[in-house]
Amino acid sequence: MSGTAHLSRLQLARRAFAANRLALVSLWALVGLIVIALFAEFFAPYSPQARNRAHADGQPMGIGLVTPDGRVQLNVRARITERDPVTLRRVTQIQDDDSWPVRFLVRGEPYTWLGLVESDRRLFGVPDGYLHLFGTDRLGRDIFSRTIYAFRTSLSVGAISVLVAFVLGIAIGGLAGYVRGLFDTVSMRVVEFLQSIPTLPLWLTVAAAVPRDWSAIQTYMVMTVILSLIGWTVLARRVRSRIIAMHDDAHVLAARLAGCGPTTIFRRHMLPSFTGYLIVDLTLAFSTIVIAETSLSFLGLGLREPVVSLGVLLLPAQSISAIILTPWYLIPGFVVVLIVLLLNFIGDGVRDAADPQSY
Amino acid sequence: MLRFLFGRLASALVVLAAFSLVVFFLIQLPPGDYADAYAAARAADGDQVTPEELANIRERFRLDAPFIFQYVNWMGNVLRGDLGFSFEYKKPVSHVLAERLPLTLGIAFCALFIVYAVGIPLGLYSAVRRRSAVDYGATFIGYVGLATPNFLLALILVYLGHKWFGLSAGGVFSPEYVGQPWSWGRFRDFLAHLVIPVIVLGTAGTAAQVRTMRATMLDELSKPYVMAARASGLPFWTAVWRYPARVAIVPIAATLGWEITAIVSGAPIVGIVLSLPEMGPVFLQSLISQDMPLAGGILLIYYVLVVVGTLISDLILFQLDPRIRMGAQA
Repeated sequence: MSGTAHLSRLQLARRAFAANRLALVSLWALVGLIVIALFAEFFAPYSPQARNRAHADGQPMGIGLVTPDGRVQLNVRARITERDPVTLRRVTQIQDDDSWPVRFLVRGEPYTWLGLVESDRRLFGVPDGYLHLFGTDRLGRDIFSRTIYAFRTSLSVGAISVLVAFVLGIAIGGLAGYVRGLFDTVSMRVVEFLQSIPTLPLWLTVAAAVPRDWSAIQTYMVMTVILSLIGWTVLARRVRSRIIAMHDDAHVLAARLAGCGPTTIFRRHMLPSFTGYLIVDLTLAFSTIVIAETSLSFLGLGLREPVVSLGVLLLPAQSISAIILTPWYLIPGFVVVLIVLLLNFIGDGVRDAADPQSY
Repeated sequence: MLRFLFGRLASALVVLAAFSLVVFFLIQLPPGDYADAYAAARAADGDQVTPEELANIRERFRLDAPFIFQYVNWMGNVLRGDLGFSFEYKKPVSHVLAERLPLTLGIAFCALFIVYAVGIPLGLYSAVRRRSAVDYGATFIGYVGLATPNFLLALILVYLGHKWFGLSAGGVFSPEYVGQPWSWGRFRDFLAHLVIPVIVLGTAGTAAQVRTMRATMLDELSKPYVMAARASGLPFWTAVWRYPARVAIVPIAATLGWEITAIVSGAPIVGIVLSLPEMGPVFLQSLISQDMPLAGGILLIYYVLVVVGTLISDLILFQLDPRIRMGAQA
C-alpha cells in the first residue's frame, strides 16, 4: 500500500487495530474497568465487609434525577425500616415523599489504599442514608462495592496466572521447538494429554485435594498455580509450531551465520514475528482463567471468604430459592461475561492487526 | 478399515491407562489413607476405632505397599467393576453411580445432538446469507454464549424459567409427579425439566460450531468449483448442499471428540446448579467431603466417556474424509 511504506511494523499494527472500532472501544472499556478496580477503595461507596443491618437482602436501588418536591438533583428515595409486628421480619418501605441526595467526593469509612495512602474520600455516597446500586446480600453488605473489590481480586488472580502460564508456555514450547528430540516428544504428548481431558472435573479434584485448614492467602496462591496450569498448553503449542516453522527461514539463517546465540535468535528474530498471535492467545487464556476461577469459587472449591472474588460473590446464588427470591445476587456474574466479551473483542482486533495481509 | 480400527483402539487403551494413573494419583493425593478416612467416618458415627483395627485394615488392603503396587491392585478391582467403597453413601461406588449414570448420559447425548442439529444449519445459513439478520444474530449469540460461564447461564435460565413459565426448577420432576408411576403427563414434565440443562450444556458448543461452519463455508463458497456448479445451472441451494456443505462438514466432524470433552467437562456444574439426580452433585459432594474413592470413580467414568467419544468421532471422520481413508489403506 502506498504511503505506509515508511511506517514500522508496530505503527502499522496500531493503525489496523485502531481501524477496528469494536476492538478499540473494548480496549478503552477494559482500561477503564482496570482503573476502577485499581482504585476500588475510592470508587466503591462502602468497604466489602461493611454491613447495613437496615437493608439486608435489599433490592437494588435506582438513582433518580428529580426529587419528590420537584428539584433536579441526583437522589434516591428515602427508606424506612420497621419490624413487622407479627412476623418480626424487617420490612423496608420506600418513602415516596422524601429523598436522600447523592453527593460526590463524600467522606465515608476511612481506608488505606494498597497500604500506602490513607483517606476517607469516596467518589460518591449518600451521607443522609444509604445507597445500594446492586442491592445487598444476606448480611446487608453492598453488592456494588463488593463487585468492584471482587473484580480486582479476579483480575489479579487472572493476571498472575496468565503470567505464569505465559512463562511456562514460552519456556516449554520454545525448548521443545528449539531442542526437538525426546524433550519435544514428551512435552507435546503431555500437552495433548492435558488438552484431551475434561479439564474442569480434573481441576475441581485437584482443588478439592487442597487441605481445608489452609488460610485464605495460601488457598489464593494454590489457586493461581492451578489456574495457570489450565492456560499454558495452548501457548506452548503456538510457540513450538512457530519456532519449527521459522527454523530454516532466511532471516533466522542469516542471524545464525552472523553468530547469534540461540537466545538472541529466539528473542530478537523469532519472538517479534508471532507476538501478535501470542497476545491473542493470552487474551483467550485470560478469559478462560477468569471463567475457571469463577466456576471453582462458585462451587466452594476455589477462593473463600474473606477474600472477595467474583466467584465467591456468586456462591450464595447456588440455591435455586436464592435466585428466585434475590435475583440481584447474579449481577456480579454479568461482570464476568463483560470481561470475557471485552477480551474476546480485543483479541479479535489484535489478531487482525497482527496479520500482515490486512495492512 | 480393520487396521485403522485396531490402531485407534490401541491408542485409546494407552490413553485410558494414562487417565487411570492420573485418577489414582488424585485419589491418593489428600493427606491420610483409606484407614484414616475409615476411622474418621466411624468417629463421625460416634464409634471408636482401635489402633489394632487400623493396622488390620492397612494389612488387609496393603495400604503401606508402594504406589505402583497399589495402583495395579486398584486397577484390577476396577476392571472387575469394583470401584471401591464410598464413605459418604456407605455403599459401593458402583452402586451410587449406576443410579445416576443414565441421566448423565441422556443429558450429554441430547446436548451433543442440539450442538450439531442447530450449529451446522445456522452456520451454513449465516455463511450463505452473509450480513443478514440471522448472521448478525448468530454472531451475537455466539459471542455471548462463549463468554457466559455454564453455571451463570444455568442460573439465569432457572430464573427466567421460573418467572416466565412458572417452571419449578431443580430436579427432574415437578412436586406433583415425584414418586408417581410413569404417565404421559409425567413424561412431558420430565422433558420440560431437561430443556434447561440441555440448552446450558449445548450453548457454548453450538456457538463454536456456528463459527467454524460459517468460516469454512465462506472459504468454500468463494472457490471456483462452486461458481462452476452454479454456472452449469444447478439451483442455488442444490449447489450449496451438494458440494461445499459436504466439505465444510469435515472439520466439524473432526471436533466431535473435543465437543464431547467440553460437554462432559461442563456437565457436573450444570447438574449441581440444577440439582439433577445425575453424577455432578455426587461428584461435588464427594470432593467437598474428600470422599476420594467416589470422586475418582466419577472422574474415571468421565474419562471413559471422552475416550469412547473420541473413538467414535475418529470412525465418523474415517467415513467422511477420503484423505484419512486412503491414508489408512496406503
